[in-house]
Amino acid sequence: MSLTLNIDPARVARARELAGRIVDQVQPFIERHTTTAIERAVVRLFGVEGKGPDEVPLANLVVEALQDGGGLARGAAFWMANACAQTGRTPQQVAEAVAAGDLDLMRLPLLPEAEIRAGAERLARGAVDRIRENRRTRDALINRYGERPAPWLYLIVATGNIYEDVVQAQNAARQGADVIAVIRSTAQSLLDYVPEGATTEGFAGTYATQENFRIMRRALDEVSEELGRYVRLTNYASGLCMPEIAALGALERLDMMLSDSMYGILFRDINPQRTLIDQHFARMIQAEAGIIINTGEDNYLTTADAYEAAHTVLASQFINEQFAHRSGMPDGQIGLGHAFEMDPSLEDGLLYEMADALLSRVCFPNAPLKYMPPTRHMTGDIFFGHVMNALFNLTSVATGQQIHLVGILTEAIHTPYLHDRFLAIENARYLFNNARHFREEFQIVPGGRIERRANEVLARTLGLLEEIAARGLFQAIADGVFAGIRRPADGGKGLDGVLEKDAGYLNPFYDLCLKGGGEA
Amino acid sequence: MSRVVLPYGDTTGDGAVQLSFTLPVPIGGAAREAARQLCLKMNLENPQVVAMRDLGGGYTFFIVYARATRGVDLDAIHVPEVSAPAWSMQEIDRMVAEKIGRPVRVVGACTGTDAHTVGLDAILNMKGYRGDYGLERYQGFRVWNLGSQVPNEALVAKAQEVEADAVLVSQVVTQKNVHLSNMTGLVDLLEAEGMRDRVLLIAGGPRITHELAVELGFDAGFGPGTLPSQVAAFIVQSLLERQER
Repeated sequence: MSLTLNIDPARVARARELAGRIVDQVQPFIERHTTTAIERAVVRLFGVEGKGPDEVPLANLVVEALQDGGGLARGAAFWMANACAQTGRTPQQVAEAVAAGDLDLMRLPLLPEAEIRAGAERLARGAVDRIRENRRTRDALINRYGERPAPWLYLIVATGNIYEDVVQAQNAARQGADVIAVIRSTAQSLLDYVPEGATTEGFAGTYATQENFRIMRRALDEVSEELGRYVRLTNYASGLCMPEIAALGALERLDMMLSDSMYGILFRDINPQRTLIDQHFARMIQAEAGIIINTGEDNYLTTADAYEAAHTVLASQFINEQFAHRSGMPDGQIGLGHAFEMDPSLEDGLLYEMADALLSRVCFPNAPLKYMPPTRHMTGDIFFGHVMNALFNLTSVATGQQIHLVGILTEAIHTPYLHDRFLAIENARYLFNNARHFREEFQIVPGGRIERRANEVLARTLGLLEEIAARGLFQAIADGVFAGIRRPADGGKGLDGVLEKDAGYLNPFYDLCLKGGGEA
Repeated sequence: MSRVVLPYGDTTGDGAVQLSFTLPVPIGGAAREAARQLCLKMNLENPQVVAMRDLGGGYTFFIVYARATRGVDLDAIHVPEVSAPAWSMQEIDRMVAEKIGRPVRVVGACTGTDAHTVGLDAILNMKGYRGDYGLERYQGFRVWNLGSQVPNEALVAKAQEVEADAVLVSQVVTQKNVHLSNMTGLVDLLEAEGMRDRVLLIAGGPRITHELAVELGFDAGFGPGTLPSQVAAFIVQSLLERQER
């Protein structure tokens, strides 16, 4: 017996069916297209790393050359595989030759199509093998150390300097963190390339680069061994480079990634078409890598009222789940997001928070839900904030949340000081320990406030999903259905990187990852 | 006559203060004494370390109670504040309708790298803040809320496009005082475009005071706890003053 809600499963099934219909309306469009970011991800998965002239990453140089030459619609894999076979060089050497201006991929003679396909598949298999090896390494480490009890404590480091981040991250792990997220430098989501190398200067965060991923992975493996528990690493795959960063995360054994089907559209004004196409590929790679994605519904409640807008969170969770499924991702990797953001002056606000949190739990029983702490009503009054965080911590453990972003009392003042983090973790551990088996001891009163609230939110969610299904997702986003933000399908950044696939388009990863081309 | 005040705990003039801080010293007697002496150097009397916690890695966190000894003279303090009349939404709407005769156009943004729209939304969004409706709710206002991380250039372009009467800039979470350069950069840009005199330029945020805002070349600055109607009243009052000139 554990704390649960009495919700009609038929209505939950109906919501899921509507979300599936919404996603299926746009899925053919997604599958007809590719983007410059997806093609760069392919180049990087083939092992290309480093910069060319003017600090431009090789992956960008290769893809830009193909785009300028009109060949990108066949897929970067097609041209790279042909070039490797024709010249006997590795993808890295081919990319370097392109960067140096010594090689024009589109001027090389073409091998027979079947040979190119076979070559591309060999290159892709190398990447997929490495990703699967990472997955086995993670599983082995978790088996050796044992899995941590939920909720997992998720903490953020954000110094701008990867080496300083390492110190902070290892300290946070020693203080009790189960998951470390390295916040990215502000506005990296708007860069149409992934910077290269180890970086020591970022703003309010550290650049996501392949080398930075490697450095932090090594540091967390070290501290995992010291502590005898596996400390997970998280980074952010949202933005214009979603597929590329997902690929780098898969190659460098990140364990979680922020990866939302709509966040970039709504909160970073990235073009809706670009984002939906990108998320499909990104999540497919993440699925293969065993990376748990975190979706961004919590952000809706930073602009909209949590009591009023809870149904938009739930509707978006259903849509995010369906998109993830279309990328071959199992439920156990879909970390749907939500947040504890109700106005603290609301009578019975805690009950409504519990209702909403339980509702997500009941609708997505196998998803590792990600629960975000109060931010909207954090005012700088650290004493009150600490109390709000305690209620958040209680709600999390009482309703069975999995990934728990630790609320810090100095939210809205500054990035956490050493003792801020200490106090925040202490608060969370206190509640988790003190209410460890809360779920097994309490039941929701039938027909009571919590159940009524949950049913009301579900009813509004169904209404919203019906409306989106009738309108179509692109139109709904343009109409401001989510977070009250309007994003037209041809607006925002990155539309110039969207292109329709040619009939002979080649990208072996789709087959390898989605159609069970490799091992199960 | 001067009015000198000290912090108040439970007796007038007791000077009671609480502090918390971390020292890069391993927990122990020396750490406790270091914390105590630090407080004495801050001119605090009778410091008592009531809690001392081991943060690991050779760091210790302290909670200290002590007595402040030096008061401040209230009569010697002068804080410039925005003078905005206490008008209600209905009064403001009526005044706009009668005296301005068209909706007041307001463009707002969190500029630079700031992604925190809480303050801006509290002032602009329909719902408002603490039961005080936001500017979107007013019949007398048209609002363009550009959201977070807006470059100054984009804000100025929008202000130009919609012929804004007022530009609202919110700066919430900032590092290394970047909000100051964001704000002066905006003033420079508006001046370069010849628009500075045509718009009311208003800043808001937890680290913003009216004095600071004026010093940086803004017309007004609003700190934490500001209600939308205060901002609305300031805008309308200022526009009416300009009309009369």
